[in-house]
Amino acid sequence: MTRRDKTPDSHDFPTRSYDLVKEFVIALVVVVVLTGGLAAIFSSPDENAITMSGWAKAAPNDLITTAAAELAGSSTSATYGPPYNSNGDGLKLGPLSLQKWAGVRLPVDSAGLVIDPLSAVSGNSELTSALAAWKEATPEQQTKWATDYVDAIGTAEADGEPATGAGGDPAKVAAGEYGPAPVLAAGLLTLAQTGGLEGALTSSGNFFGGDQTKALLLLSDGTYLEEQAVARNLGGGQWGMMNETGNYPGQPWMWLYTFWYQVSPFTTSHADNADAEVWGLMMLLTLLLVLLPFIPGLRSIPRWIPIHRLVWRYYYRGAGRR
Amino acid sequence: MTTRADPVSPGDASADRSWTVRIRSRVVGLVPEGQWLPGRQPVYVASWIYVFGVLTLASLAVVIVTGGALSLGGVAWYHVSSLGLFVNSLHLWSVELFFAFMVIHLWGKFWMAAWRGGRALTWMTGVVLFVASIGTAFTGYLSQTNFDAQWIAAEAKDGLDAVGIGAFFNVLNPGQMLLWHVVLLPFAVGLITVMHIILVRRHGVVPPIDADSPIEKEE
Repeated sequence: MTRRDKTPDSHDFPTRSYDLVKEFVIALVVVVVLTGGLAAIFSSPDENAITMSGWAKAAPNDLITTAAAELAGSSTSATYGPPYNSNGDGLKLGPLSLQKWAGVRLPVDSAGLVIDPLSAVSGNSELTSALAAWKEATPEQQTKWATDYVDAIGTAEADGEPATGAGGDPAKVAAGEYGPAPVLAAGLLTLAQTGGLEGALTSSGNFFGGDQTKALLLLSDGTYLEEQAVARNLGGGQWGMMNETGNYPGQPWMWLYTFWYQVSPFTTSHADNADAEVWGLMMLLTLLLVLLPFIPGLRSIPRWIPIHRLVWRYYYRGAGRR
Repeated sequence: MTTRADPVSPGDASADRSWTVRIRSRVVGLVPEGQWLPGRQPVYVASWIYVFGVLTLASLAVVIVTGGALSLGGVAWYHVSSLGLFVNSLHLWSVELFFAFMVIHLWGKFWMAAWRGGRALTWMTGVVLFVASIGTAFTGYLSQTNFDAQWIAAEAKDGLDAVGIGAFFNVLNPGQMLLWHVVLLPFAVGLITVMHIILVRRHGVVPPIDADSPIEKEE
């Protein structure tokens, strides 16, 4: 559409025979053959989901540290803010607090990710006593016990940062006033090892499950899930959102969304707010694409770069005018 | 057997007010007579680029059929059955082809400035269709019940939560995502596809840039 759209009516032009249905049928056969061939040759990726028992066996220290952080209220999900809790305002898109305005619609109590599953365990007197002690304590006391325990576990040396506490090994934690926190964290590890943690964390609250919000939040709060993803080149800084396991194309149509996470300022000064800003940028770019016919300059690019001369080369040569 | 048209005389006021007649008139008038499935096209429709719209439509048909076949066995079927895995593979590759053809179609229409001549809505429905298709594919990846689904959900929630969408569209809830994938988004894609095709047939294929009107030339 130029300033004055002089595009003639397509129905006024001379015509030639063109069998649309035949074209569709041939296209369908081509797609069926291509799809069948690609499926037969390359199959599709299907790497098993991580189970809680798999996590417990492969990285028990990570699970214990995560459980302690949930009790202390210092895990990623515990400090997330909406939609899971009110412990943070969330990210902002310029002046817009969209995350906060959406509200806490999926309430998740981080300590509950540990306490609720353990409350259903029977036949373990040490665990029962620890649960009773936890529930009788004040919130301040609970937080102090768990925070001290998290600090005592500490972290291993990584990225030039020295180790802290017991270097991330709960078995080497120095003696201290941690209350029931160590027993509760160890209890969650034991429950996970038995394979019963997934069912205990289902968020739908009934027999059928179907909502893994709590289980996925707990898993995401540990480092094991991300380590597994990074090992498969799926990390956020590895174009992870558009890839999938194995040598498969994944979702290449999401390349532009993923692209922004690889470049400055979203990797540097704006990294903390990148999730909101990249979304905002993509919404703006999508709107521009939708409204392209009305945007001066942008809508004229096809006229300036005459690729259309190739598409309509026969017409422009005059063949179509005879 | 004979058939009879509505026994209504021309200009009958009650028939003009009939909801049925009005809807029929509207539907019939969506596309010029003979243009629903025309046997001829303007002479300038002579390029391989025109094939990619039809290839996209054919791919969508295969995507829907393979998705339907996958639904027969349920979300976990393909983990335990070689037939299920093959059907899952068919679904995956038909989706990859669908997007490849759609992107080529979109770029082709961009370089042809195909929004000219009152076709802005055709372009806009095409772009919305592209975005809706991305959402449909994305929820499919979340419904795989495998490691990819876990990781993509964990990653994607942060972006969606950051702009308030995650509070209503919970990627950590596979049951919700599966229903979006097999009901809501396919319905939206199907509906917009129908709108897009009606608009294409209504306006016809966009003439070349700077083409003169053949009728004015004759005059």
